[in-house]
Amino acid sequence: MYGRRSGFLTFMLAAGMAFIYVPMILLVIYSFNYSKIVPVWGGWSLRWYETLFKSEAVWNAVALSLKIAVINATFATILGTLAGLAMVRFGKFKGRTLFGGMLVAPLVMPEVITGLSLLVLFISLKQLFGWPQDRGFTTITIAHITFSLAYVAVIIQSRLSGMGETLEEAALDLGAKPFRVLTDITMPRLAPGMVAGWLLAFTLSLDDLVIASFVTGPGANTLPILIFSRIRLGLRPDINALATIIILVVAIGVAIAAYIMFRQERQQQRDMQIVDREIP
Amino acid sequence: MTETSALAVVDPAPPRLGAVSQLARRMQAGWRSIVIFIPYVWLFVFFLLPFFIVAKISVAELKMASPPYTDLIKWAEDGIMTIRITFENFTYIFEDDLYSKTYINSLKISSISTILCLLIGYPIAYGIIRSGPVARRLLLFAIILPFWTSFLLRVYAWMGLLADRGTINNVLIWLGLIDEPIRMLYSEFAVYIGIVYTYLPFMILPLYANMEKLDATLNEVAADLGSRPMNTFFKVTLPLTMPGIIAGSLLVFIPATGEYVIPDLLGGGNVLMIGRLLFNEFNQNVDWPTASAVAIVLLFLLVLPMTIYQYYQGKAMEDQ
Repeated sequence: MYGRRSGFLTFMLAAGMAFIYVPMILLVIYSFNYSKIVPVWGGWSLRWYETLFKSEAVWNAVALSLKIAVINATFATILGTLAGLAMVRFGKFKGRTLFGGMLVAPLVMPEVITGLSLLVLFISLKQLFGWPQDRGFTTITIAHITFSLAYVAVIIQSRLSGMGETLEEAALDLGAKPFRVLTDITMPRLAPGMVAGWLLAFTLSLDDLVIASFVTGPGANTLPILIFSRIRLGLRPDINALATIIILVVAIGVAIAAYIMFRQERQQQRDMQIVDREIP
Repeated sequence: MTETSALAVVDPAPPRLGAVSQLARRMQAGWRSIVIFIPYVWLFVFFLLPFFIVAKISVAELKMASPPYTDLIKWAEDGIMTIRITFENFTYIFEDDLYSKTYINSLKISSISTILCLLIGYPIAYGIIRSGPVARRLLLFAIILPFWTSFLLRVYAWMGLLADRGTINNVLIWLGLIDEPIRMLYSEFAVYIGIVYTYLPFMILPLYANMEKLDATLNEVAADLGSRPMNTFFKVTLPLTMPGIIAGSLLVFIPATGEYVIPDLLGGGNVLMIGRLLFNEFNQNVDWPTASAVAIVLLFLLVLPMTIYQYYQGKAMEDQ
C-alpha cells in the first residue's frame, strides 16, 4: 500500500528514528570519554577499553554466555523446527491444543514468572533425583532452550504456511515416502527459516538477564548478569565501552546476514525467471 | 535364557531382512509421533510442570529450611496421609497494602505505556507503509536492528541521559533553560520512557505486518467518493488495522506488567512494580511461598490478555 506520505508521518518517522538511535549513539560516544564520570566530558580516550580487556571477569562472562548461546540456539532450532512441523503439517493430533498453548505462552509469559517456576522445578528435581547438582551452565541452557524454541517455532510455522504443500504433494504422488519428502524437500526449503531461528535463539540467549538470574548458581555469571550487577550501582564508563563493542559486533553480523539474504533473494528471483521462461 | 540362545544357534537364518524392513516401516509411521513427542515432552517438563510446582508452593507454609517451604503431604508413622494446604499467602497478599498497591501500579504503568507505544508506533508503522519500496525496507530494518543489541544496554543508555548530571540535564543547563538539574532518573517518568523505548518495536512490527495487507484502493475509493482523509482514516484504515493494534498492544502490555529490569534500573526504589517486588521477595527475603502466591496472582491477572493474544496469533497463522 504505497501512497503519499504526509508531512506528519514523515515527521513521526524522523522523530521515531531519533528516539531509537540517539541514546545508542550517545552511549557509544561516551565510551571514548576520558572522564570517570560518564556524562562529564574529559577528552577522547581509549582507557575504558583497556580496563575492559584486562578484566578477567568480563572475559569469563563472555565465554560462558557464548557457550550457552550456541548450545541453546542449536537445541532450540531442532526442537522448534520439530514443533513447527507438528503444528503446521500434521493436521489434528491428540493434545494439539495444549501443545499450541505451550508453544505460544513462553512468548508472552513475564520473565519473572518463567524464571521463578524454572528455579523451583530445578530445586524439586534435585530433591527427587539429585540432578541438577549445581545450578549454572546446565540450568541456564535448559531455561533458554525452553523459551527460545517457542520463538523458533513461530518462524518455522510462518515459513511452512507460506511455503504451501504443492511440492510435497507432487513428491508423494510420484511415490516418495513421507520421511523422504521431509528430508529431501521440506527440510532444505526450511533451511533459511532455521538459520533465522538459530540467530534469533542465539541473541535471545545472549540478551536474557531475568531468567538466567533466577536459575543460576553462585559463580556462574553470564554477561548480562555481570553488566547488571555493575550498572545497578550507577553509570560506568567501562560498560559504555562494552556496549560499543556489542553494537559493533551486532552491526557487522546483521550487515553480513542482510547481504546473504539479499543475494539469496536475487538468486531465487533469477531461478523463478528461468522457470517461467522454460515452462510456458 | 538358555532356551533362546540355543534356539538362535539351531536356527542360523532368522528372517533378518524381514525384521529390518518391518522396523523401517514401523519407523515410517513412528517418525511423526517422534517429531511431536520430543518438543511436547520438553515443553511439558520445563514449561508446564514448573507452574504446578509454583502453585503447590503458593499453598505451602514458610519454613526455615532448604527449600524454605513445608511439604503439603505428610506421611505419619502409622501410614496416615495428611495434606496441609494454606491460603494464608494469598490472604496476606490481598490484605497487605503494599501488594495491592504494587499490582495496581504495575497495571497502570503498563496500560499507559501501551497507549504511549500505540500513539507513537502507529504513525511510524503507517509512515513506513506509505514509503517507497527501498525506504520501506531500510526503515523496517532500522526498527528491527535494536532488537539484536542488548536490551539491558538500551536501558542503561537512558540512565546516562536521565541522570542528575546526565546528558539531558547538561544540555538544558547549557541552554540556560534550567539552573538546577531536574530529577528524572529513579522516577515513574523514567520507567515510562524505558518501557516505551524498549517495547516500541513490539508495537510497530505487528502493526506493520497488519497494514502491509491493507488494500490501498480502499482509500482511493473512499477519496473518490468524497471522503476527507481524516474521515477515511477513522472509518476505513483504523478499523481494518484493529488486529494489528490488539496484537501490538498485548505484546507491550503483557511483558511490561511483569517487567523487572526497567523499574529496577530506571525507577530505583521509588516505583512499585510487581516484577521487581517478586524478584526481591524471592532472592532477598527468601519467602518462596509468598513469592509463588504473588506469581500466581500475576498469572491470573494476565491470563485473559494472554488468551486473547493466543487467539489472534492462531487466527493470523491460519490466515496465511
